[in-house]
Amino acid sequence: MKTTTTRAFPCVGLLTVGALLLTACGSSDGGGSGQAAGAGTFEGRGPITFVAGKDTTGAIQPMLDRWNKLHPKEKVTFIQLPTDADAQRQQMIQNAETKSDAYTVLSLDVVWTSEFAAHQWIDRLPEQRFPLDKMLKPVVETARYRDGLYAVPASSDGGMLYYRTDLLKKAGITKPPTTWAELKADCAKVKKLPEAQGMSCYAGQFQKYEGLTVNFAEAVNSAGGVITDANGKPDVDTAQAREGLDFLVDSVKDGTIPKEGITYLEEDGRQAFQSGKLVFHRNWPYVYSLAGKSDIKGKYSVAPLPGLNGPGSSSLGGHNLALSSFAKNKATALDFMKFFSSEENTATFLKEASLAPPYASLYDDKALVEQYPYLPVLKESILRAVPRPRVVQYGDVTSAVQREAYAALTGSKSIAQALKDLQEALQKSTGQ
Amino acid sequence: MADTKIPPAAPVGKREPSEPASRRRTRGRSRATAGSARMAALLVSPTLLVLTIVVLYPTLMALNESLYGTKGLDPETGFISATEPFVGLRNYADIFGEAGERFWNAFWNTTFFTVVTVALETLIGVAMALIMHKAFRGRGLVRAGILIPWAVPTAISGLLWRWIFNSDGIANALIGHQVLWTTEGFHAKVAVIVAEVWKTAPFIGLLVLAGLQVIPKEVYEAARIDGASPARQFWHITLPLVKPALLVAMLFRCMDALRMFDLPYILIGAQKHSVETLSMLAQNEASNVRFGPASAYSVLLFLYVFLVALAFVRLLGADLTGDVGAGGRKRKGSRIPALRRRTEVTT
Repeated sequence: MKTTTTRAFPCVGLLTVGALLLTACGSSDGGGSGQAAGAGTFEGRGPITFVAGKDTTGAIQPMLDRWNKLHPKEKVTFIQLPTDADAQRQQMIQNAETKSDAYTVLSLDVVWTSEFAAHQWIDRLPEQRFPLDKMLKPVVETARYRDGLYAVPASSDGGMLYYRTDLLKKAGITKPPTTWAELKADCAKVKKLPEAQGMSCYAGQFQKYEGLTVNFAEAVNSAGGVITDANGKPDVDTAQAREGLDFLVDSVKDGTIPKEGITYLEEDGRQAFQSGKLVFHRNWPYVYSLAGKSDIKGKYSVAPLPGLNGPGSSSLGGHNLALSSFAKNKATALDFMKFFSSEENTATFLKEASLAPPYASLYDDKALVEQYPYLPVLKESILRAVPRPRVVQYGDVTSAVQREAYAALTGSKSIAQALKDLQEALQKSTGQ
Repeated sequence: MADTKIPPAAPVGKREPSEPASRRRTRGRSRATAGSARMAALLVSPTLLVLTIVVLYPTLMALNESLYGTKGLDPETGFISATEPFVGLRNYADIFGEAGERFWNAFWNTTFFTVVTVALETLIGVAMALIMHKAFRGRGLVRAGILIPWAVPTAISGLLWRWIFNSDGIANALIGHQVLWTTEGFHAKVAVIVAEVWKTAPFIGLLVLAGLQVIPKEVYEAARIDGASPARQFWHITLPLVKPALLVAMLFRCMDALRMFDLPYILIGAQKHSVETLSMLAQNEASNVRFGPASAYSVLLFLYVFLVALAFVRLLGADLTGDVGAGGRKRKGSRIPALRRRTEVTT
């Protein structure tokens, strides 16, 4: 017993002292660290770490191995965080709050850029070091905060409209719908077919979670409205936004979206589409290959999302690489970020892990299009995409959007009231 | 491990010289000495130190943190200021203002869940214990079956029940009517309560079973000879004798239910108004980098749990004195000193 306790004493003591020091640092060096982020000196070479969510595709480690072989003195270690995005964000914030140098290059979800940049948890990057002009413009936008580049796009993602080619053909429809009115009209025709008995028309992700923010933003943007304007000012209480929300609410009311649609996450919707319960379905590209292994194999295709008066706008997914402000060996880190986000490596990620690349040219690559027939549609979707609100308090903004949109969808609030309340809540949380 | 025993042995030898001095202070029954008291203090001190670091220090830090506000955004530079402003008790005062609506909703949800689930669990748990206590064939199987839900981790049972309460799930198939359980509304509360009761009623069952097993058979025999009906036996023998164990089980359940987080979070989802508990609210604030309000909510939850525990020990514990039997003494004694003293007095 004694040996363990005596050994524990100094450890425990150290921990306390460490904790006290940390709190002391936190309160004393207040304004001092403010300048560090903007300066842009990236010095030091040596080992670094790459921090991302759990790699379910197995494509990341081989990439790091290749870098490590080329740079034996500047090795990269892969730190895997949980699969859950919130848990990743929390661990990254913890690392930043303790000003630890354990994390060097962070793989950030596109919606976190503003928050991390405003807290100065990540460094402003030199734009000329990265081939941004070759990337799709909306994707690069997700990496910016107030004119500064704070991250480099590594992958992207956009929503697409999945539809049943066999049923549309039988109903005599030659082209997928480009507007909401067409979607409803096509659906009415399809539902007259005997095969379509008991089918519902359309579903996205309408459970009260991040997916609802994505779908609400798409509806508002596709009707020409915005949630926050170019300067990050909330402007959602408008006639256009109203038409967007109208589409969703009316669709739930008239049964275009099935009643259980308001409980759907990505996977629920995919299951419903695959088991032949839906004619149209909004989802991410990952569904494409999975649906190919299901009952509807060869009976579906994708199109850009429809909108109010023509093709609509998707929200953007994907990940950006950012450099932790508290890291060491930042020169190595910059080189590694450039390597990781290069056209060649993102093409490999597309081939092996079907991650959508940020580079425009890859979407037209013949071999790749053969492997992923949805690429041209996805390119169109991303080109017309509008990123979700780029605000510092994204957590508050998205929960306000979910709260009000959900209230309107379930009918507990009128559309006008929901948008009015949303505008108020957004103004409060963005401080404008 | 051989050398580890040496240090405790050495001070024991020193006990003898100090013995007379301590004897004056002892009540005769104990042979404790100042030396062994010092020894005891020394042996307990690592535990106390660890408790100070892992319990007391974080609690004080949370109290301190709850006096600070949220970091502000500088509109000029677009950066968040590096220090949190000191706001005194404003985080606590805010719960009575406009922002308090969410707090009070979480508070009532927490209270509602606690009262309803603990009441149902007590009823079902006692019934389970009575069944498990009866001697019949296949008793082992029934006992194991009843205990399985308790062995399933809460997060996993949350996922299981999410399947059951899915829009195409078994729950809807059984009632033959589509209820969207995971949407906002009273049905979401019902879903959480069902899953929670399913999971934790066996816990009460287990503790009550332990209480039942120490009730002497002779008491029942005597009652039977006197012609008492089974219902009377239950009310006048089983229940009073099992009450100490049952109360402790209920106390533990109350404290657990007040801290409820994972089940509603996984089963229904985060930020659902109708099932948001105080723990979920505090976690949500912390994840939005507002550590001040998050700490304030946690401190309030801590006080709430503390008061409920105190009420249990003081109000219900006072009731116990007359009826304390052998049942449940073992458990109760080790956990709650106040009750233990009373048992000693009566026995």
